[in-house]
Amino acid sequence: MWDWAFALEILPTLAKAAVVTVQVTVLGFLIALVVGLMLAACRVMLPGTRFPISLLVELIRSTPLLIQIFFLYFVGPSFGLTLDALTAGILAVGLHYAAYCSEVYRAGFESVPRGQWEASVALNLGRWTTLRDIIIPQAIPPVVPALGNYLVALFKETPLLSAIAVMELMQSAKIIGSQTFRYNEPITLVGLFFLVMSLASAWAIRRVETGINRRYKR
Amino acid sequence: MIEFPMVSFENVTKRYGALTVLDNLNLTIARGEKVAIIGPSGSGKTTVLRMLMTLETIDGGVIRVEGEPLTHMERNGQLVPADQAHTRKVRAKIGMVFQSFNLFPHMTALQNCMEAPVKVLGLSRDEAEARSTELLEMVGMSNRRDYYPSQLSGGQQQRVAIARALAMRPKVMLFDEVTSALDPELVGEVLQVIRKLGAEHDLTMLMVTHQMGFAKEFADRVCFFHSGQICEEGEPTAFFQNPQNERSRQFLRAVLEAG
Ligand SMILES: Nc1ncnc2c1ncn2[C@@H]1O[C@H](COP(=O)(O)OP(=O)(O)OP(=O)(O)O)[C@@H](O)[C@H]1O
Ligand SMILES: [Mg+2]
Repeated sequence: MWDWAFALEILPTLAKAAVVTVQVTVLGFLIALVVGLMLAACRVMLPGTRFPISLLVELIRSTPLLIQIFFLYFVGPSFGLTLDALTAGILAVGLHYAAYCSEVYRAGFESVPRGQWEASVALNLGRWTTLRDIIIPQAIPPVVPALGNYLVALFKETPLLSAIAVMELMQSAKIIGSQTFRYNEPITLVGLFFLVMSLASAWAIRRVETGINRRYKR
Repeated sequence: MIEFPMVSFENVTKRYGALTVLDNLNLTIARGEKVAIIGPSGSGKTTVLRMLMTLETIDGGVIRVEGEPLTHMERNGQLVPADQAHTRKVRAKIGMVFQSFNLFPHMTALQNCMEAPVKVLGLSRDEAEARSTELLEMVGMSNRRDYYPSQLSGGQQQRVAIARALAMRPKVMLFDEVTSALDPELVGEVLQVIRKLGAEHDLTMLMVTHQMGFAKEFADRVCFFHSGQICEEGEPTAFFQNPQNERSRQFLRAVLEAG
């Protein structure tokens, strides 16, 4: 049933794949955080962008991530966008979660009282300065837990990238399985890895949360 | 050289949908004048201040600050809607203190005061800190400069808010019921600061207040608002002793009864 020697033997291969998984998660989430914030900020600052952005967000949220990954990787080239699998995967995952994050940020912006904008006008602060110095520092701390949930969700969806043959954990486990006809060890190890990492990041998010609360929430 | 009035409202109209909140308002305020605005709830007092602070749009007429239109600008002898740069230039002359303080909760008292001088006026941090410290001293808050708003009482927050507005060196200060959100025992300390400011001859002050005693003692002129119009205005002693208009009389009687 379970062969320790075999498990040990495939560990280096899986470790290499784990690095790719972590890389996809970190870069994808960075894209999601930054692009999501930009989308939400544009909605607040430039009323003309409100409709197109909500359309885009709705479009992304109502189609499966797997289709978006395929679209970027296989259909992209016919629009002159040729990406290697890893880049396409990171970009697809990042943009997908950017749509979700932008809604989270939006709730954060809406939670800041109107009086904060008005005091900023009365002090003659520019609109973008107001956004950066006054609104964002108040809008983000309350939504850190929600953003954190999306980090974990994104991480758990990275195996989808095996569909375009990105050498992340799942793909690596599948290849080991098909070459050795042993699936127990690779799949179990991959599952364990996801379990440990998910728990670890949930813990890390709570740390960040308390840190931010100490700094901002007064 | 013609001396322009500090602020003038010329036939200013403000509507919310079908509701006309200000109806062809005309009001001229001289440099250094202290004007108290009183009147029943919903008469448009706050709206006057908010329009001057450009927090509300204007549906008709012109507001001028030292002769310059606030939300308009002159182009080829015509008044056209002002662009951002023009509005900001004129708005720089005006500061406002709110009923609910509206301090920035993530910044200390000192940081609240320094933010705009650094970001808008381009002062160095040292200059801004010196200026802010001096003002916090003036409002009696220098020993709390590193406190966050949540660590301050309402009266203390409002005094910081006054210092923050003054740090931009406005020529006109607007006060909208700045003591209404305060516990009674904290009202005095804020009024004391406003009295101190009143001694500045150049500073023009517009104050919406329900405190008739303070209006009488402090203001050069009282404007009584009713349904978006100035019903009666005049020198405070005369106004309070012998109001001419039936509505002002009614209002003063009601306020007196309420204590
Ligand atoms: N954003 C808004 N939308 C619709 N109506 C408004 C709005 N702001 C104010 N009004 C209305 O305009 C009128 C004047 O309001 P304003 O706040 O200027 O009164 P006020 O004299 O300051 O009253 P109070 O003494 O209660 O503060 C009121 O009838 C109010 O309901
Ligand atoms: Mg009011």
